[in-house]
Amino acid sequence: MMNAVPISWFLTLSAILFALGVAGFLFRRNIITVFMSIELMLNAVNLSFVTFSYQHKEVSGHLFTFFVMVVAAAEAAVGLAIILTVFKGRSTLNIDDVNSMKH
Amino acid sequence: MDVILFLIFAVVAVVCAINVVVQTHPISSALSLVGVMGSLAVLYLLLGAEFIAAAQVIVYAGAIMVLFVFVIMLLNAGAETKKGRSYLIPGAPLLIVFLGLMAYYVQRYLFPESAVVRFGGFTGGGPKDIGNALFTTYLLPFEVTSILILVAIIGAVVLARKEIE
Repeated sequence: MMNAVPISWFLTLSAILFALGVAGFLFRRNIITVFMSIELMLNAVNLSFVTFSYQHKEVSGHLFTFFVMVVAAAEAAVGLAIILTVFKGRSTLNIDDVNSMKH
Repeated sequence: MDVILFLIFAVVAVVCAINVVVQTHPISSALSLVGVMGSLAVLYLLLGAEFIAAAQVIVYAGAIMVLFVFVIMLLNAGAETKKGRSYLIPGAPLLIVFLGLMAYYVQRYLFPESAVVRFGGFTGGGPKDIGNALFTTYLLPFEVTSILILVAIIGAVVLARKEIE
């Protein structure tokens, strides 16, 4: 009887991964870990896209996943360059110490 | 069989994702994130997305994570010294309750037990189908993507270059 996985399980897994990504984004202080949490959220959304693509027997969801991957790659390249620049100027990776726009 | 496969890799993904959030050293987080991406690739195969599974392993686990590890090594990033925010402790049960309610709603109303995933139930995810859709329906977004990548490359080079007096 149990040879098929309900679609809702995939969506629940996606929601759990997304929530963990949000938690990491909000609670971690290291700028690189914050960045990795964003990647985790993007991955969770990709899983939702592929699941819906399966449900509708439609290839569009895979294309959206593909575009999300492209954007993630571009974002990683630019974001890590920004991290390098910030580290060069301030010698810290703690996001609490990079607060000159608050004052 | 499908359920066992799903459960194994879903548990691996969730455990690795928790590890990403709780590890203090960035390199441990990065390696856990590779674990999440690998198990998600298996789940993509289960959903009939062969091309996306391969791209996940090559692009995400291969290229993007190598970039992360390079930067961690380059900056010699150590463990986090300051503790994270302490309001995680009341926040975590709240988050779990909210997630449970959402999962119940999705399971009960949106996707009843009749909507299931079987391996081989959808075979339109191969490179041929992806390419076909990419170069007909999604041709314009694909071309715009190339400009985005170009801008990202130039931006990264401009940001990371050495200042020349």
